Amino acid sequence: MKPKLAVVKMTGCAGCQMEVLRIEDKLLDLTGAVEIAYFYMATSANRHGPYDIVLVEGSVSTPRELRELKELRDGAKLLIALGDCACSGCLPSIVNWVPPEESAKVYERFLEIHSRKESFQRVSPLSAHVRVDLELRGCPPNRDAILEALKGALLGIRPFLREHPVCVECKLKENACLLVCEGRPCMGPVTAAGCGAACPSNGRVCEGCYGPMSDANASSLAEIFARRCGLSQEDIVRKFRKYAGLMPAFSKEAGGKI
Amino acid sequence: MSEVMEIRVDYVARVEGQAEILVKVVGDRVEEAKLAVFEPPRFFEAFMVGRKCGEAHEIASRICGICHVPHQVAALEAVEDGLGIEPDEQTRALRKLLNYANHISSHALSVYFLSVPDYFGKPDVISMASEHPDLVRNAIRLKKVGDDITERFGGRAIHPVTLVVNGFTRIPTKADLEWAKKELLNVKGFAMEGVDFIAGLDVPDFERKCEHIALSQPDQYAINEGRLISTEGLDIPPREYRDHIEETHTDYSWTKRSIVRGRDSFLVGPLARVNLNFDRLSDDAKEAARRSGFKPPVFNPFMAVLARAIELVNAIDDSVSIIENLKLDKGPVREDSFEVKAGEGFAIVEAPRGILYHNYAFDARGIIQKADVVTPTAHNSRNIERDLEALAPKLRDLSPEEAVLMCEMLVRAYDPCISCSVHLLNAK
Repeated sequence: MKPKLAVVKMTGCAGCQMEVLRIEDKLLDLTGAVEIAYFYMATSANRHGPYDIVLVEGSVSTPRELRELKELRDGAKLLIALGDCACSGCLPSIVNWVPPEESAKVYERFLEIHSRKESFQRVSPLSAHVRVDLELRGCPPNRDAILEALKGALLGIRPFLREHPVCVECKLKENACLLVCEGRPCMGPVTAAGCGAACPSNGRVCEGCYGPMSDANASSLAEIFARRCGLSQEDIVRKFRKYAGLMPAFSKEAGGKI
Repeated sequence: MSEVMEIRVDYVARVEGQAEILVKVVGDRVEEAKLAVFEPPRFFEAFMVGRKCGEAHEIASRICGICHVPHQVAALEAVEDGLGIEPDEQTRALRKLLNYANHISSHALSVYFLSVPDYFGKPDVISMASEHPDLVRNAIRLKKVGDDITERFGGRAIHPVTLVVNGFTRIPTKADLEWAKKELLNVKGFAMEGVDFIAGLDVPDFERKCEHIALSQPDQYAINEGRLISTEGLDIPPREYRDHIEETHTDYSWTKRSIVRGRDSFLVGPLARVNLNFDRLSDDAKEAARRSGFKPPVFNPFMAVLARAIELVNAIDDSVSIIENLKLDKGPVREDSFEVKAGEGFAIVEAPRGILYHNYAFDARGIIQKADVVTPTAHNSRNIERDLEALAPKLRDLSPEEAVLMCEMLVRAYDPCISCSVHLLNAK
């Protein structure tokens, strides 16, 4: 019997699911190897769980999502966090530093809606609540990494995920270093690879959207940003409090724990 | 005793995001017709306060993983408006090319992946592949051309990276342009056939006259710039948007709902654009539209699927003509190569699903003090309910399954983007 695959959306932008759809030509092949049992954005034939392989896009931001996540975890052989929101909270995690009374102002009748449709007004990555078997980072993660993860899941082997810095991919592309040569505040030295150095290869600094690499030395880079690039303390906080400010490797530079 | 008909769809499939449909008819009276969004809010406008104006577009892109390009363009135009920067022709042309690429990809997805399966009694496009292999293969190719152009010109297919204030960090080469033109022309034939194919579907016979609103420019099909016009005589520049459009709230949905002040809900998106700007479509798009029997103004919301097919032809033609006229005489700019000053700016851009409004105010250091974003689905949400209300009495003649399907098809025809609609509004 083919393993059952579920693609589930929590609090996010659907960009990661769009990247799954970008597998395109291989998507039809994939349906030969797995049964797509749950994928609300793509099909109206959705089956009840449990599912063998679960891809979760988005972070946890409501009690309903938390219940759903726990249920998915209980039934799943493999739970894969798909993209930054699920892995680290991504850009919406910046709201965690905003006082709830400020974010509530966005809705004039916040409490009224809130009483019926609860929200934590905070986002958290999946790993804050359940065991996650694999994290596919990036905003969005590259489709090759998604395919690699699915192949790994089917073959029962560990996919090759890149935890070295973006700098390695930049060197392979023979880009001139934006930090060393031009003194620009590039997050590449502390950011996990996987994007193919998308930003530096296109003439702009890395913004850190794959989150921290393994053993990232954030404080050293923050010091270089101040000394070499002339960034203010506020600017440095903004740099680290962006895609992965909740991650322990960046939390000090992102302005401390909340 | 009056007969009661209730429709409950607790999670609408084949739309982006999480929403439910609730319809209740007692006798002749429609008691309830709701599109309730349970997708949680993300408070973008709250956490964009305190960020730099130069990163507004990068953050706004994450409001939506489908219409990221129009969010980026709208944020850039609003910030430039506030900084007093007028981008050059080349920058504006490249942005329009990228927004068209986004429309191609999004429309191909909406028409063939999300809407068409309903007309074949199938749950999704994959299950159509065995009976209609050419259609499915061509639909995938069409969507891929949009994605690939975004990837090659924008540096990444989803949330591209080369768009910045006052320019691009990488300028495409002549070879890039030639490649894009070839790719576009390769799918032109299918886009043309697509109009005939969609016109041949058995579209539900339903009409409800309502105000249609779209961007408009005198000399071109407007998607990135222009004035906001409507079928009821609205004609305003983007900065006057808030004087004319207001938002209302309900306690059952995280999506705010828009109305024209003193009037009613309105429709935005491909149907409104084609209705209001029919003369500015490309010749082939106009011809395909005429052949399909599309006579503007069309007030059947289900016909939005046909309008999308017509716009696919126009997007390809207009993109090719942009490419042919690009001179590429301006070089790349850095992400921070502009002077900051205090200001407030406004912009309206056509996302694939309709008008998108961005407004930012920032201080002398360029730090955002206020962010206000209203998305196409927020604009359409009240109108979808008004359509459901009008449609509801007709549903009693159908089987329960058919009635549910009809409601879902209506919602899908609007191609709602629920994540967008709950990004959150008005942090002041």
